[in-house]
Amino acid sequence: MPNHIENLKSNASKISKVSLSNVYKVFGHNSGHALEMAHAGRSKSEIHASTGCTIGVDDASFDIMDGETFVIMGLSGSGKSTLLRLLNRLIEPTSGSIEIDGRDITNMSKRELIELRRRDMSMVFQSFALLPNRNVLNNAAFGLEVAGVGEAERTGKALAALDAVGLKAYAQSRPDELSGGMKQRVGLARALASEPTILLMDEAFSALDPLIRAEMQDELMRLQGENSRTIIFVSHDLDEAMRIGDRICIMQHGKVVQVGTPDEIVSKPANDYVRSFFRNVDVSQVFKAGDIARNSQLTIIDRQGVSVAATLEQMEHSGRDVAIVVGRDRKYHGMISQDALIEKVKAKVAEPYRNAFVEDVEPIAAGESVSNVLGRVAESRWPVPVVDDQGRYVGSISKSSLLETLYRAG
Amino acid sequence: MDFKFSVGHGADVAVNYILDNFTPALDAIAAAIGFVTGGIQSLLVSTPPVAGIAILAALSLWRVGWKFAIFALLSLALIDHMGLWQGTMETLSLVLSATIIAVVIGIPAGIAMARSDRVASLLRPLLDLMQTMPAFVYLIPAAMFFGLGAVPGTIATVIFAMPPVVRLTNLGIRQVHSEFIEAGLAFGCTPSQLLLKVQLPNAMPSIMAGVNQTIMLSLSMVVISSMIGAGGLGNSVLTGIQRLDVGAGFEGGLAVVILAVILDRITQSFGKGSSGFLSFLAFRKASGRNQTGSSVRVPADDERRSAAA
Ligand SMILES: Nc1ncnc2c1ncn2[C@@H]1O[C@H](COP(=O)(O)OP(=O)(O)OP(=O)(O)O)[C@@H](O)[C@H]1O
Ligand SMILES: [Mg+2]
Repeated sequence: MPNHIENLKSNASKISKVSLSNVYKVFGHNSGHALEMAHAGRSKSEIHASTGCTIGVDDASFDIMDGETFVIMGLSGSGKSTLLRLLNRLIEPTSGSIEIDGRDITNMSKRELIELRRRDMSMVFQSFALLPNRNVLNNAAFGLEVAGVGEAERTGKALAALDAVGLKAYAQSRPDELSGGMKQRVGLARALASEPTILLMDEAFSALDPLIRAEMQDELMRLQGENSRTIIFVSHDLDEAMRIGDRICIMQHGKVVQVGTPDEIVSKPANDYVRSFFRNVDVSQVFKAGDIARNSQLTIIDRQGVSVAATLEQMEHSGRDVAIVVGRDRKYHGMISQDALIEKVKAKVAEPYRNAFVEDVEPIAAGESVSNVLGRVAESRWPVPVVDDQGRYVGSISKSSLLETLYRAG
Repeated sequence: MDFKFSVGHGADVAVNYILDNFTPALDAIAAAIGFVTGGIQSLLVSTPPVAGIAILAALSLWRVGWKFAIFALLSLALIDHMGLWQGTMETLSLVLSATIIAVVIGIPAGIAMARSDRVASLLRPLLDLMQTMPAFVYLIPAAMFFGLGAVPGTIATVIFAMPPVVRLTNLGIRQVHSEFIEAGLAFGCTPSQLLLKVQLPNAMPSIMAGVNQTIMLSLSMVVISSMIGAGGLGNSVLTGIQRLDVGAGFEGGLAVVILAVILDRITQSFGKGSSGFLSFLAFRKASGRNQTGSSVRVPADDERRSAAA
């Protein structure tokens, strides 16, 4: 069985959705000279000192795959927002090419560009940017309205998008009546309503407090699981990047210093700047229970006519004291111990499985961070089962697998 | 240019040239303005005072509050008692028509300034000129081009009162938060959609403040323009001055002040209460919670605007 979290997180295919080659952005006059210096490999500060121009993005080349959640990370001023805005040309690139679905957007006409923005991409903003003169519904319908979609159709789609983020009941509210988290849900609904294939998110959750923020990240991942888009997400928060990113792109002084999966970046940081992001990182915060759950326990499918004798035989054979009982849909039912099962069979109890469950074992949610479950795993006599948000069994965390994780990462 | 001509003489020549060559055009302008002014005036003057007072008091109650409505009721009754109701309505109609014309010209001019730095730098000195030139100066060419009466009075008033609405429209649009502009562009707005759906609605509080100032300036100009026969409360004030009749002058002045206070409070409420253009048009009751657009604002940088253009 493939790792559960991989399933949840990654819809990435091998098809390139967005492709940048040698993209530069120079802010300021006399950008030609500054560009030459950048081509010659001079640093951002050198160029600024001699031309007065600011290098926003310095020679970015990478591909973003279809369906991928791609996080752009870096310190303040490293060029994340600039890079993101080059993708829909809110900021015009100074040189280089940016292909979306194989079409170079840098030489598109104004008309084509507007079409592209209406059809293929939408954006979510750090301070929400909900239009204060419109109610929630009309904010959500904004993109469709601009694209000339008829009233009935756009209302239907906007309501569906609001429904998807759980705010259908607030359709008639005004934005300033909502909390920050709710506002950003509206921002998300507005971005989703036009069914774009690319979602650009600039620090979309940074203005929210930590609990709401985690909730929004989960929400985004859930929406992504239902219907996959290519998400390009700017963040300056490593935990967030690790949590939602299939791949992470790290920027420094306008340059892309590393692009890789969270694992690659943690295990093989390209330079000290990248490493510095991780120095203070507590791995138990970064990893979720689902990440470290192993499918190493014996699982038994609870169905009519299953032979208890065969199960006992199997447990005996593999030397397990316990086994996980799941339904046919892989829903977690409980954990049985060998001793209890033998006892129940001897006592001729009907439905021996149900009655032989180990009582003090409660499953852990896959999204729980490892730091939150350390205590429970440590105290439990048995490996602790992990279930996803639909209650399906993902794997178990034993004391030894937990120690191994902490040791390897530390 | 021949420097033997004095500047004043030059202005003289220009006015005569226009008179000689553009009379049909001037007549057309006069007819159009006369239509607006005449229509509003006959409507207001023919409304019986009781109905007029009731309408203004009701408007005060709805937009401002019951205390102010009582003030409006009593003060308007006082105007009627002083026998100045008709003059007040004439003045109000001049103010309204001048404001309508100023807004119809001024808002598009402000939009043009906001969208182009060049237009802005061309119009700004013109606006300065319009605002700082002593108001009396407009009376002379207005009277020469359009004769005496309400039409030249309205025109002089429009010129004097238009600058605030132009300036504040420009300012309001330029101060719309850059994230709103980015949101508009990111969702595929054309430049005109951006203007109508994002910039104007968000600039509305500022534009309404401009309209309010334009109304106040019109009111002050309307008194002056009674010198060229525009009529209204200015006449009472003027008669008071000419006959050294302090009482008549004071009554006229008091009526102007009352009208000013009522107009000011009512128009301010539109700028404050509803930030939306549509909700303003629909005359929806404003809820005090609506934002007035006073949050920190960053002018959209040129980079992003050039993407829009
Ligand atoms: N319109 C502009 N004109 C001039 N310089 C700009 C402009 N926009 C950005 N810059 C510069 O480009 C660089 C990158 O800015 P950018 O906003 O992309 O950084 P960021 O990584 O998003 O930072 P933050 O985390 O603070 O949002 C900075 O040095 C910034 O000063
Ligand atoms: Mg940024």
